[in-house]
Amino acid sequence: MTLSSAEIWLVIVGLGLGSFLLRFSFLGIIGNRDLPEWLLRHLRYTAVAVMPGMITPMILFPAATGGQFDLVRMGAAIATIAISLWTRNATLTIFGGAGVLLALHFLIAA
Amino acid sequence: MTFPRDFWLGFRAGLPFLLVIIPFGIVFGVVATEAGLNVTQTMGFSILVIAGAAQFVAVQLLVENAPVLIILATSLAVNLRMAMYSASLAPHLGQIAWWERAVVSYFMVDQAYAAAILKYETSPELTPRQKLAYYMGVVTPVCPMWYGATYGGASLGDMIPAGLPIDFAVPITFLALIVPMLRSLAHVVAALVSIVGVLVFAFVPFNLGLLLAALLAMVAGAETERQMTKRAAR
Repeated sequence: MTLSSAEIWLVIVGLGLGSFLLRFSFLGIIGNRDLPEWLLRHLRYTAVAVMPGMITPMILFPAATGGQFDLVRMGAAIATIAISLWTRNATLTIFGGAGVLLALHFLIAA
Repeated sequence: MTFPRDFWLGFRAGLPFLLVIIPFGIVFGVVATEAGLNVTQTMGFSILVIAGAAQFVAVQLLVENAPVLIILATSLAVNLRMAMYSASLAPHLGQIAWWERAVVSYFMVDQAYAAAILKYETSPELTPRQKLAYYMGVVTPVCPMWYGATYGGASLGDMIPAGLPIDFAVPITFLALIVPMLRSLAHVVAALVSIVGVLVFAFVPFNLGLLLAALLAMVAGAETERQMTKRAAR
C-alpha cells in the first residue's frame, strides 16, 4: 500500500460520512410526511428484494473458494432453509445452520 | 411503560447475530492490519463506517492502491442498499425526533434493518416509540461487538485457524431472516426476481447489478400484490 496516512483517513472519513448520508437519506427527509400508497407498496418488498440477491453469489460462488461451487456451503444453505421452514425460529435457524456448516466442513473438506 | 419490554425483545432478537458479527469483526481486523493499516485506522473503519461489506471492499482497494475517489465511489455503491432500507423504515420511524432518526441511521446495519422490519410487519400495532425501542434493542448487542471484535482481530492478529468456512456465517443469518419474510406470493416473486436478476446483471460493475436486481424485484413484488388485490376484489 503506497497511500499516505492522510489519504487513508480521507477514505475512512469520506466513506463514513457518505454511508451515514445514505442511511439518513429517506428517514431524515421524509420524517412524518405520508408517502403515497404506490411507493409504500414498493417499499414493502425492499428486504426480500435486496437480501436474496446479496447472498446468492455468496452461496453459488463463494469468494473463499475462489468462486468455485462448494458442496459444504451449498449443503449448509439448503439445511438452513429447511430448519427455518421447520422451526420458524431465527435463533434456532442460525445456530442449526452454523452447526450443519461446521459438521459438513469436517466431514467433507477435512 | 412498554419501552423496556420492546427493547429486551429486540435485544434477544439481536443476540444470535453475534455468531456472525464476532467472526466477521475479527476477520476484518486481521485483514485490515495485514493490509498495512494501524489499529486506530482499523477501528476508524469499524466505528465511522460500521458496514462490513463496504469496509472489506475499501481495504481491498487500498491494497490495490486505487485512487481515493474510486475507492469511495465503489465502497459507497456497496452501501447504496442502505438508502433503500432508509426509505423502507421511514413509514415506521418517521415520527420520532430527528436526532433519534440520526441515531437509527448511524446504527443501520443489515441485521438491524432485517430484524426490525420483520418485527414491524408482524406487529403493526406497535407505536413508533416501541418500534424505536425494538430497533435499539437489536443494535445494542450487535454494534458494540462489531467494534470489540475488530479490535480483537487488529490487536491479536492471525490466531484463527485457517480454512474454517466463517465467511458463510453471513448467508446463513440472512437466510434465517429472509425465509420467514416469504409470507405471500408477492414476497416469493420479489425474492425470485432478486436472485435471477443478480445473476443476470453479474456483469454490471461496482456492485450496481444488485441494485438493478433489487429495484426490479421491488416492482415485481408490488405489481404481484396489486394484481392479487384486484383479483380478490373481483
